[in-house]
Amino acid sequence: MRKPKLAVWKFASCDGCQLSLLDCEDELLAVAGAVEIAYFPEATRGVVRGPYDVSLVEGSVTTPHDAERLHTVRRQSRTLITIGACATAGGIQALRNFKDVREFTQAVYARPDFIDTLATSTPIKAHVNVDFELHGCPINKHQLLEVLAAFLNARKPNTPSHSVCVECKLRGTACVLVRGIPCLGPVTHAGCGAICPAYNRGCYGCFGPMETPNAPSLSRKLAACGMGERDLQRVYSTFNVGELPFREEAARHGS
Amino acid sequence: MNDHAAAVITHEGLGGLIAGLRAEGFRVIGPRLRDQAIVYDDIESVADLPAGWTDEQEGGHYRVRRREDAALFGYNVGPHAWKRFLHPPLLRLWRAERSADGMTVTATSEPAERYAFLAVRSCELHAIAIQDRVFLQGPYVDPHYKARREGAFIVAVNCGQAGGTCFCTSMNTGPKAEEGFDLSLTELLGDRHEFLVEVGSERGAALLAAVPHRPAERQDAAQAANAVARAEGNMGRHMRSDDVRELLLANLEHPRWDDVAERCLTCGNCTMVCPTCFCTAVEDENDLAGNAAERKRRWDSCFTMDFSYIHGGSVRSSGRSRYRQWMTHKLANWVDQFGTSGCVGCGRCITWCPVGIDITEEVRAIRGEGGSDGRA
Repeated sequence: MRKPKLAVWKFASCDGCQLSLLDCEDELLAVAGAVEIAYFPEATRGVVRGPYDVSLVEGSVTTPHDAERLHTVRRQSRTLITIGACATAGGIQALRNFKDVREFTQAVYARPDFIDTLATSTPIKAHVNVDFELHGCPINKHQLLEVLAAFLNARKPNTPSHSVCVECKLRGTACVLVRGIPCLGPVTHAGCGAICPAYNRGCYGCFGPMETPNAPSLSRKLAACGMGERDLQRVYSTFNVGELPFREEAARHGS
Repeated sequence: MNDHAAAVITHEGLGGLIAGLRAEGFRVIGPRLRDQAIVYDDIESVADLPAGWTDEQEGGHYRVRRREDAALFGYNVGPHAWKRFLHPPLLRLWRAERSADGMTVTATSEPAERYAFLAVRSCELHAIAIQDRVFLQGPYVDPHYKARREGAFIVAVNCGQAGGTCFCTSMNTGPKAEEGFDLSLTELLGDRHEFLVEVGSERGAALLAAVPHRPAERQDAAQAANAVARAEGNMGRHMRSDDVRELLLANLEHPRWDDVAERCLTCGNCTMVCPTCFCTAVEDENDLAGNAAERKRRWDSCFTMDFSYIHGGSVRSSGRSRYRQWMTHKLANWVDQFGTSGCVGCGRCITWCPVGIDITEEVRAIRGEGGSDGRA
């Protein structure tokens, strides 16, 4: 039986999510055994022509060229899975969506007229049909393997969309928020394994909003922990600011 | 209860109890200070116990504080419950591997080790008794719970103080441990730091006999009774519970459910810390090549969307419906299902709710006593 062909594509991103695939280390041989890595420029210059059975898409769409290129990716892919906050929500670069991108280019580049960029950073789903979205900044490698194993064997991946709190409780971490440390865990999508609270840090919301977030209620608690209006605006304005519940909550605070 | 007279032990005797349990092959679990909280973890000696520490608890608020004395059990219940050990958060049920002539399924073998729980509070004994009814006394016995529960040795501790969110007196579950233990301790703080020991089983008596102890005198018993009376007198919360089942079931459309939904994060923390909540999800996984598969069971919560997912969507999609489901099950429908309330008044759901939603306050509001919370 022919091995399924896997492609890994990059749009506007830092490459951290594709690196999660290389970071699989012990499991990497199993991945290479289960699929033919047909297109993965981050790892190899060898290219096997499409179409591809599974495409992993990293990054957001920020240029007219990428908006076009994404359609060619979709046309060549039986299953298209987005990986990471850029691809699912627009990433940190979606902060441009609320500002004038021309002002940025003029401030940053000596010749801004060379820059051909869109006014917004948008997720992959804003342009083409997406079969599955894997959250995280970066994604969790165990979840990536789970999603690949699920798709290769035609079952639903186990990537629960409940809060990070459930993961803290499973590993036995005493709630940091109740101990006075600001934390976005209650409104954040599970998947990282609740790493930060295990080290006495609050959750930064890297995995984006959980299934039914109640950010206004959490913000009242964060304010009681000492966060000011500007802090509240910024804490929701990170990698997943493109997701509506975070964007709306950020907009409720500030100045 | 039994014919064994109460005794008094010192730190040395307590150390002997721990050593004796370990020598008998028990894995001793008890209170330890970790990450600024008093959690349940492995105990090797008296030195592991949180001497001189207590906790400050309110709705959505927990801090450990230094005590002025060296009390070993001078705190109230913390973020962990014993269900963590009897009903583990994550459990592999079986593993299957493809073989030449089909498939081989191997069930996970139950652990051979036996637990000894040190410093189980009265509310927690009641919580264990409730999970016993759920897992052992119904038509379907849970073999995983049974394997861990049977043979577990329980050393109870009577509370000498109540926490800010405690309301065991309202639920008739404490603070005095009445049954369900092998030994029960009451810490006697004073010039002589000692522990009154009551015996609840023959094996408890045998363990006590093997450590240095003296017979309890009248003033020891009086001091212990005073400690328990002190706890009884400073409950942080109160909740009228005799009619709460009827009250809730008659108010399923009360506007208070909308009010609580506005605050509820639907994060699931209350269910995870509750010592009686027992729901689980089952997940199947397979390897990349499709040659091996596993079935796992993990704690689930009625606050997740997956919990009530059926074809077409989640039945309880609003925060209002999920909070109402949890509270009416805990305080009302549990009675019909299992014969007792599902609440033991430990206060964990109040303390560990990040936004401090208070079940006693919600009951008061539905009762029409709005404006005042459940604070004593």
